Amino acid sequence: MSDTDDGWVASKVQLDRESYRRRRTRRSVLIASVSTVVVVAVVVLVVVNTPGWPRFRSTFLDLSYGWEVLPDIASGLWLNIRLMVICEIAILIVALVVALLRSLRGPAWFPLRALAIAYTDLFRGLPLILVLFLLGFGMPSLRLDWLPKSGLFWGCVALVLTYGAYVSEVLRAGIESVHPSQRAAARSLGLNHGKTMRFVVVPQAVRRVLPPLLNDLVSLMKDTGLISVLGVVYDAVLNAKIETSQTYNYTPYVVAGVLFVIITIPLTRLTDWVARRQGWTGAGGTV
Amino acid sequence: MTNLGKQPAAGGGGLLQIDGLRKAYGDQVILRDLTLSVPEHQCLVLIGASGSGKSTLLRCINLLEQVDDGTILLQGNDITDPRVDADTVRAQVGIVFQAFNLFPHMSVLDNITLAPRRVHGIDRGTAERQAREMLDRVGLADKAKARPDDLSGGQQQRVAIARALVNKPLLMLFDEVTSALDPELVGEVLTLLTDLKHDGTTMLVATHEMAFAREVADQVVFLADGSIAEAGPPSQVMDHPSDPRTQKFLRRMSF
Repeated sequence: MSDTDDGWVASKVQLDRESYRRRRTRRSVLIASVSTVVVVAVVVLVVVNTPGWPRFRSTFLDLSYGWEVLPDIASGLWLNIRLMVICEIAILIVALVVALLRSLRGPAWFPLRALAIAYTDLFRGLPLILVLFLLGFGMPSLRLDWLPKSGLFWGCVALVLTYGAYVSEVLRAGIESVHPSQRAAARSLGLNHGKTMRFVVVPQAVRRVLPPLLNDLVSLMKDTGLISVLGVVYDAVLNAKIETSQTYNYTPYVVAGVLFVIITIPLTRLTDWVARRQGWTGAGGTV
Repeated sequence: MTNLGKQPAAGGGGLLQIDGLRKAYGDQVILRDLTLSVPEHQCLVLIGASGSGKSTLLRCINLLEQVDDGTILLQGNDITDPRVDADTVRAQVGIVFQAFNLFPHMSVLDNITLAPRRVHGIDRGTAERQAREMLDRVGLADKAKARPDDLSGGQQQRVAIARALVNKPLLMLFDEVTSALDPELVGEVLTLLTDLKHDGTTMLVATHEMAFAREVADQVVFLADGSIAEAGPPSQVMDHPSDPRTQKFLRRMSF
C-alpha cells in the first residue's frame, strides 16, 4: 500500500509484513503450479501406458474423424440450444405458477394446492427418460387428430413438465425464505396477496434463488440431448449416434461431449458472475 | 493529541499494547496512528460516535480485520505479524458482538462447548461441566438445553458472554453488547460485565452506556475520526473533558 492523502507513510514493520505476505503468495502460487503440472503429467503417463491405449485412442479420440463429423454435430447442437431457450421460458412460467399455487394460504385454495403438490411429487419422482417415452411414443399412439404428433414437441413437453417440478420447488424455497415481516409490511400498506407476491415477495425470492435456477438451466442444456431417444430429433447426440453406427468409432460422442461442455461453461461462469454482482460471495469477510 | 504515550493512563506495557495502529478501507481511513494500552485486570471503555472506529479497533485486535500499519502486542507478542497463527491468538481473546451471533442450530450448551471441544480438545463431559458452571455464573443454569431463538435478547447475550468466557481468554472484547437489547434487558448484561470486572477480567468495552463507563471503567478513551481525542480516568474524561469533540459528544449523550 502506498501513501494516501492523509500523509501516511508505511512503517518499517508494515513494509516487512507486506514483503513477507508477497513472498508467501509467490511461494503458494509456485507450489500450486508445480503440483498441478506433476499431477497432470502422472495422470497422462499412466493413461497413455495402459495396455488398451492405442485401441482406445483410435476408437474414441480419432482426431481427423472427429474433425470430419464436427459440422454435423455442431448443427445438431444449434437445435439443442434453441430447445433449451424455448423450454426454459416455458419451465419458468410453469414453475412460477406452481410455486405460487403452493404458497396460497387458506382452506378455499386446498384443491389447487393439492394439485400443485401432486404435480411436483409425481414429476420430481419420475425419471426424465420415462416421461420422454410415455409422452413421445404414447401421445401420438392415441391417434387423436388434434394432438401434435411431432417427437420434438412431446420431447419439449416432457422436459418442461419434469423441470417445471424441480424449478417450482426452488422458487418455493425462495418465496418461503423471504421473512414474514416483509409480507406483513406489504399487507399493512394495503397490498392484497397477489400484489404482495408480485411486487415484494417474488422479486426478493428470485434474486435469492438465482444461482440454483441457473444451475438447473445448465442441467437442462445437457438434458435436451435426451430427446434424441425419441429418434426423430436430429440434435447433437443423435447425429453423433448416427455417425457412430456407421463406423463403430465413438469419436462423435466425444465431440458432442466437448461441445456440450464448451456451451455450458459460459452458463456456469454466468452463474458465478450473477452471484458476485449481487454480493453473494459466500461467507465473506477476511476470516 | 493522538500520541498517548505521555499520558500515564495509556502508556507503558500492558497486557494489550497497541502502537501506531492504522486501518483503512480503500480511501476511507477508519483508524489512524492509534496508540493505547490495557494493563492486566483493568477495564478500558471506548466511547465515541457511531463510525468513530470503536468496532473496527476491536475487530483488529481479534484479527478479524487485517491492519494496515502499526502493531498490536498481546503479552508482549506482536499478534499482527503475518507469521503468527491467527487462530491461536483468537483462542486467547474473547469477543462478544452486538448482535449476539449465537449459532441458531445448536442448543445453548452446544454453543458454549463448541470451542472447548473442537479447538481446545477438552472431552465432552468436562466441557459440559465447565459450560454448566459458566451458565450458572451468568444466571442461566436452567437454559442449557434451550435453543438461542427461545431466549430473550438479554439471555442470548449472556450466553454469548459465557461462550467467550469458557475458553478462559486473556482479554475480553465487548462490542456494543447492549445496543441491540430492549431497555429493560440492558441492566442484566451490564451487571454481568460489572461482575466480570470485579473478578479481575481484563476488558476492552465499546459502549454507549455512559453510566456504565463512569462506574466501571479504569480508563475511558474517547475516539473521534479514527484516533484518540481524549483518554484518562472517567472522572477526568467524562466530568472535565478538555477536547471540544468530547464535550459536544457528552452533551448529546446526556440529552
